[in-house]
Amino acid sequence: MNRHLISIADLNRDDALLILDTAEELAQVADRPIRKLPTLRGRTVVNLFFEDSTRTRISFEAAAKRLSADVINFSAKGSSVAKGESLKDTALTLEAMGADAVVIRHAASGAAHRLAGWVRGSVVNAGDGMHEHPTQALLDAFTIRRRLGRIDGLAVTIVGDVLHSRVARSNVLLLRLLGADVTLVAPPTLLPVAVSSWPCEVSYDLDSLLPKSDVVMMLRVQAERMNAAYFPTVREYSRRYGLDADRMQTLPEHAIVMHPGPMNRGVEIAADVADSARSTIVEQVANGVSVRMAVLYLLLGGAQAGGSQLEAAR
Amino acid sequence: MTHALHSSGDPAVGGGEPAGAGTAGAGTAGAGTAKVPPAGGKLVLGPEEIRRALTRIAHEILERTDGAADVILLGIPTRGVPLACRLAARLTQVEGRPAATGSLDVTMYRDDLRLRPARTLGHTSVPPSGLDGKVVILVDDVLYSGRTVRAALDALGDLGRPRTVQLAVLVDRGHRELPIRADYVGKNLPTSQREVVHVLLNEVDGQDAVMLTTGLDQAAQPSAGDARIETDR
Amino acid sequence: MTGDGAQPWLIRGARLLGGPATDLLLADGLIVEAGTGISARGAQVLDADGLIALPGLVDLHAHLREPGREDAETVQTGTAAAALGGFTAVHAMANTDPVADTAGVVEQIWRLGRQAGHCDVQPVGAVTAGLAGSRLAELGAMADSAARVRIFSDDGRCVSDAVLMRRALEYVKAFDGVIAQHAQEPRLTEGAQVNEGEVSGRVGLTGWPAVAEEAIIARDCLLAAHVGSALHVCHVSTAGSVEIIRWAKSKGWRVTAEVTPHHLLLTDELVAGYDPVYKVNPPLRTAADVAALRQGLADGTIDCVATDHAPHPVEEKDTEWQVAAFGMTGLETALRVVHQAMVQPGLLDWAGVADRMSVRPAAIGRLDGAAGAVRVPAAGHAHSSGRQAGGTHGSGSGTHGSGTHGGGSYEAGPALVHGRPLIPGSPANLALYDEATRSVVDPTMHASRSRNTPFSGVELPGRVQATFLRGRPTVLDGKLTR
Repeated sequence: MNRHLISIADLNRDDALLILDTAEELAQVADRPIRKLPTLRGRTVVNLFFEDSTRTRISFEAAAKRLSADVINFSAKGSSVAKGESLKDTALTLEAMGADAVVIRHAASGAAHRLAGWVRGSVVNAGDGMHEHPTQALLDAFTIRRRLGRIDGLAVTIVGDVLHSRVARSNVLLLRLLGADVTLVAPPTLLPVAVSSWPCEVSYDLDSLLPKSDVVMMLRVQAERMNAAYFPTVREYSRRYGLDADRMQTLPEHAIVMHPGPMNRGVEIAADVADSARSTIVEQVANGVSVRMAVLYLLLGGAQAGGSQLEAAR
Repeated sequence: MTHALHSSGDPAVGGGEPAGAGTAGAGTAGAGTAKVPPAGGKLVLGPEEIRRALTRIAHEILERTDGAADVILLGIPTRGVPLACRLAARLTQVEGRPAATGSLDVTMYRDDLRLRPARTLGHTSVPPSGLDGKVVILVDDVLYSGRTVRAALDALGDLGRPRTVQLAVLVDRGHRELPIRADYVGKNLPTSQREVVHVLLNEVDGQDAVMLTTGLDQAAQPSAGDARIETDR
Repeated sequence: MTGDGAQPWLIRGARLLGGPATDLLLADGLIVEAGTGISARGAQVLDADGLIALPGLVDLHAHLREPGREDAETVQTGTAAAALGGFTAVHAMANTDPVADTAGVVEQIWRLGRQAGHCDVQPVGAVTAGLAGSRLAELGAMADSAARVRIFSDDGRCVSDAVLMRRALEYVKAFDGVIAQHAQEPRLTEGAQVNEGEVSGRVGLTGWPAVAEEAIIARDCLLAAHVGSALHVCHVSTAGSVEIIRWAKSKGWRVTAEVTPHHLLLTDELVAGYDPVYKVNPPLRTAADVAALRQGLADGTIDCVATDHAPHPVEEKDTEWQVAAFGMTGLETALRVVHQAMVQPGLLDWAGVADRMSVRPAAIGRLDGAAGAVRVPAAGHAHSSGRQAGGTHGSGSGTHGSGTHGGGSYEAGPALVHGRPLIPGSPANLALYDEATRSVVDPTMHASRSRNTPFSGVELPGRVQATFLRGRPTVLDGKLTR
């Protein structure tokens, strides 16, 4: 791991555990009378969102503000980006504003990676195309660890549109790194052709896996997939790969149900499942703030790479 | 490229903490990192002396706080936490009722964060009854510049509003840079700034000792050469 | 035109196709003598001790961008790059703006090439009007024009309509044309960015399946066989494509194929850094594909190396991957890459390189004189004499008596012929290559207007020391002569 958080693939196990442990400490801040730490006073975090994602942006914003950072929200709509400014020029603008960290959400895979080459500050990937969404995976892992006490040795089943899902990609890498056994379940059309090279198992049969799953993670079915011959109808998808109350009954007593949101209730997850006690969906949102605080603290809380001391020492 | 997210190789973790205070946010979530006693160091306090010093501090606390009513002993990680526990045990012995303890990590409030890679956080825990109206005694192993205590006071302010805040340290080595003094001191130890005080505690290091070495002798000394980095501020 | 074209040159000690040291005397645009101990009064002497002499390279596939995208490349800069790479002829692809789909546009490009003078420019005509894939362009008019177009391609787009492809193949039989297909099934490659496989899954970029290329090649081979016409497959990139072409050739069908230098050396692992300098169509494939392509080129299944030189301005590459343009420059590094990918592993010797980079591409492009070659008109009169020149055919034997009384003008010079053996009577088109040196590729030193080479910073063997076009040096000591 370097001064950016772009891909789970860049983390080792110690890095990942450090983030989770730090998040565990920072989660307490939410319960204090003063929900703020002075740590990042004077640092500027830019939320650079080229895709609409209110929940992720708000989560990062809350995390940065709880650490006393200055937050600048830069969304593509109505900005110079909409007028055709290139990502590079936008990056140079942010650079000129003195951004210490840029949190970027972009429809193009690799956008965070490219941005990191153009700015001096830290880059945090808040979702790039179909590539990765590392903080989502970290908050999912954090949620699993809080609920079930561990990650190592757990059976995690990830269900849905793996092909287009940055969440699935990041989660497979992270959960495997932390010792979980991950199985992907999807119609074959929604799995990458080379999925056999991923560090996980693959199945087309959800029902056979549920009784052995400690965690079931349902992925969102994007509207644009629904009419692109990935599956015949939404109803058939839901019948074969949706999690309804009957299917949930077959899970072990302790098993939890996760969803990165936003949900299509009635498609990949039934409403009563989403609202059940097994569901961690609301916790995931709260945990997202703690995990993002941890990431921002670990990237910005010390001497910064761009900021000289360390760089000079090396 | 820095290794901001690496837990290993972070000079804030492990035996490299040079000022010997061992208080600078070592260890994850209270899991302190054991120190090896420095070779050639001068023994300042042995186990028995440490025991006596803590007993004396406990008695002073009882005297000055009306029998330790409403007292909460907040240890500053890493080695302030076991010290707080030892003091609490003594107060309990004398008074016959359990004394409240907790830990207060000050990392996020430090004024030198930008001088090093991000530090691993210590654990903060406060008794469920909270701090409001209580007598909080901060416990640390070494008092040096006073900057850790300053950070602890800021951290306390975000957690509640104690009636009184006091400070207990095992060793006061002088060289204060802020208007801060300890209310309870186990040992006043005049030092030069080049010297390093090493506090070893059984709970963390497997033995009790306070030792003094000349900073330049220490292999673990970071080469940055900036004396400010090497203190426990 | 200055008189330097008439200046005789004596090249001393060049290793013809890597063979023993031989002297070559060039005069009046021809090789007039080859042997040892040649002396020639008044000739300029070039000491080529240790250098390998190859027939001037012929590129079947380059994007010179003019007209329309002169910010990326011009015929002037593109041909300069070609000369520096050892080329004496390049085929200019049709996807310009306006598209080279009429006699007027192809003649304009051909004329610009004449004026540039660094190498011959042979325009490729579009198969369909505006590259739109709906109706045939005026293929016959382009064939009959001064540019004498023989290769037709919608390169950049695939002629995916099977009926249109069949008709195009049939139609060009009338003038010995060839359809060069960009094999890419459009529906299978919607939004495709990188080779579909392990890497595409890892980096989260839309996959470009090998089958999208192979399915079109298989179909086109069958179509070409059915109508008895000539198919050329552009930039073959997969192991499966090599297999299909091998099968088609075994049937005796008129199928030829090219591979780019970059597909002989680079793999899709390079995509992992998201640097769009590695974004190219067809995409970089796997190491297994690279091995199959090398084998196919070595055994002749793939006829030739073609650069697919695709210059782009910085702003079209300095972006996120998805919005970046496809393509890499290649003219200035092609021979060096082939040296590394084919010669060093022992897959081709220098005679083989000459065959794959000069002889065969010249034959596919109908530049080898076999079907009757065109006289070279005087550059200054090109705009007015083009059509007339188009009707002036040489003997086709490759030995042109007319060249001996040429004087300084091209008018009666050697024919526009390439890929001929390095023997007396052949046009004096050749490249001198130093195989012993190595250097790091520095795109800022390139003559191309664009810098998008994937070999930037890579150390490659060899150096093109000199290039001669009809006896006149276009490159000497690794530098343009003008």
